[in-house]
Amino acid sequence: MDYERYLRQDKMPLIWCPGCGHGIILKAMLRAIDKLGLSQDEVVMVSGIGCSSRATGYVDFNTLHTTHGRPLAFATGIKLSRPELTVMVVTGDGDATAIGGNHFIHAARRNIDVTVLLYNNWIYGMTGGQASPTTPIGARATTAPFGAVENTFDISALAAAAGASYVARGSVTEPVKLDRYIRQGLQKKGFALIEAFTPCPTSFGRQNKQGTGADMMAWLKEHTVDARRAAKMSPEELQDKLVTGVLVDVDKPEFCEGYSRVIEAARDRVRLPELPETEPLPVDPAERGAMR
Amino acid sequence: MSQATANAKVRVMSGNEACAEAAIAAGCRFFAGYPITPSSEIAESLARLLPAIGGKFIQMEDEIAAMGAVIGASLAGAKAMTATSGPGFSLKQENIGFAVMAEVPCVVVDVQRGGPSTGLPTMPSQGDVMQARWGTHGDHPIIALCPRGVRETYDLTVRAFNLAERYRTPVILLMDEIVGHVNEKVSLPDRIQVVERGAPAEPPAEYLPYRVTPSDVPPMASFGTGYRYHVTGLAHDETGFPTNDPHKIEQLIERMHRKIERHLDDIVAVDEDFQSGARLGVFAYGSTARAAARAVREARERGTAVSFVSPTTIWPFPAEAVRRLAESVDRILVAELNRGQLTHEVEWAAAGRAEVTGLWRVNGEPIRPADILDRIEQEAS
Repeated sequence: MDYERYLRQDKMPLIWCPGCGHGIILKAMLRAIDKLGLSQDEVVMVSGIGCSSRATGYVDFNTLHTTHGRPLAFATGIKLSRPELTVMVVTGDGDATAIGGNHFIHAARRNIDVTVLLYNNWIYGMTGGQASPTTPIGARATTAPFGAVENTFDISALAAAAGASYVARGSVTEPVKLDRYIRQGLQKKGFALIEAFTPCPTSFGRQNKQGTGADMMAWLKEHTVDARRAAKMSPEELQDKLVTGVLVDVDKPEFCEGYSRVIEAARDRVRLPELPETEPLPVDPAERGAMR
Repeated sequence: MSQATANAKVRVMSGNEACAEAAIAAGCRFFAGYPITPSSEIAESLARLLPAIGGKFIQMEDEIAAMGAVIGASLAGAKAMTATSGPGFSLKQENIGFAVMAEVPCVVVDVQRGGPSTGLPTMPSQGDVMQARWGTHGDHPIIALCPRGVRETYDLTVRAFNLAERYRTPVILLMDEIVGHVNEKVSLPDRIQVVERGAPAEPPAEYLPYRVTPSDVPPMASFGTGYRYHVTGLAHDETGFPTNDPHKIEQLIERMHRKIERHLDDIVAVDEDFQSGARLGVFAYGSTARAAARAVREARERGTAVSFVSPTTIWPFPAEAVRRLAESVDRILVAELNRGQLTHEVEWAAAGRAEVTGLWRVNGEPIRPADILDRIEQEAS
């Protein structure tokens, strides 16, 4: 396929480090959008703050790079205001589940038709390797110099428990599966989460002596197990494994559809006050009339 | 009977209700909020009114999210608003800064209550004046309007939307608990002026979302209309993409300030009621200005000459009106429900031309006409 059609060529090179897996997820996303034949004008891509959230700057859609943790709040306003637009959120483990945790669970609870692509690299990469809610116990981070001691979030399980219609977990070592998950997420009417594991050799790998990006990819490949195969494995065998696959795929009421029923009910039952006539004023201050 | 005359209706309503109805009249079609006293009636009114007119209302999970949703909706083309009070206003500051930086029009209502912290949820205050000005970090311009009563809340809500659209900026409507909750008999307008956003004149391929224009306000395209562009809270160039180039950063920040500072005659509204021979001037805004107006009237009836300046735009600060007042009187009395937040601004604008003194209150009680009258007589003697 023609990736260049979707990329803002003049914004290259990417800020992502050599060995980082983010570009693999970005390409999987573009393949999914291309396969669905979505119009670039009708896709809105919203991101927060962090390495993954820089993705919005490189792709040729309506793109919105918001404040840290808040992309789902902005996306909710866009989607509710214009339900006909396809709204995607690109975020990371820290952005979505630490500072943005509240927005994450409530967007899933509402089951608003937004597709979230979450890059999980178990660390705050952009700011230099601080611990995130998914940094494994024992792993080192610049803010956990003696090893992390906090329990971690299982982000997919969190989204499932909060009410998401679709949850899938993948890895950059299985890019073709990622395409499919993203495509299914976009097609699902409701909140969809695709969590993608991606190595951060610079900020996670170096501190934890995991070698190069290629070494980390090899480790990921070895430790990734598909959900169907995992179902036949013992808890001991699964102890150090990352289970990927489609974890939730259900049909349930979607928020914007629910709100269209609110509009119907209000139109029947609310008597609007008589509104004044309006006289247009020019928007451009250069040709403004007095506004008093 | 014309439609316009038929619409002229006398009603009894609260400031919060007036705010909600005026928002609908001004074209607001999106509201996101979070419950908080004493502003909740605005959300409750709009939860009914907005869907009835095909608009959207959403109660978000917190104040931060409400502000984010409002910005998102505005970028998608809707006139959008949120309403809150002090503690919620604090939480909104992060995304208010985003709206300033990304130049996204929106209206933020703060029905002020006593602070700091949880403070006095049901009692009036004007303690958020400086938070409205400097609540979000970094150097930025802001517009804040301050209504004195119910009818003025209606007018200033419409004006807030107009200014937001015209100058691509968040506009703060700084109400207070008295203005929000008082019920007054009002005659609503049968005709209002409304600024619609419009679309850029240039085709998408030539569109620069943050270009320098003759008015310093770039035309805004809504998402999903064929203008694909990038919006970020990072310092950006004319294309909207992040930049670290000092020249481009300066161009952006200076234009952002210039677009407000160059249009003060359109933005700053202030009532100036000068009395010849007056040696004392009174400066008041919001609900306190209602008490001050009565005190000034009574003082004049008793033979004391007093000038009275009362702005409805408090940010940008009406420095020119204060300068004129300071040139015509010896002393200026500033009455406000805080510990002198605008008194210090008045002092700065008066620049030694008149002595400035304050009548301040922070105990949850309003400032009454008699309190101001006593001080007028004391200061004038």
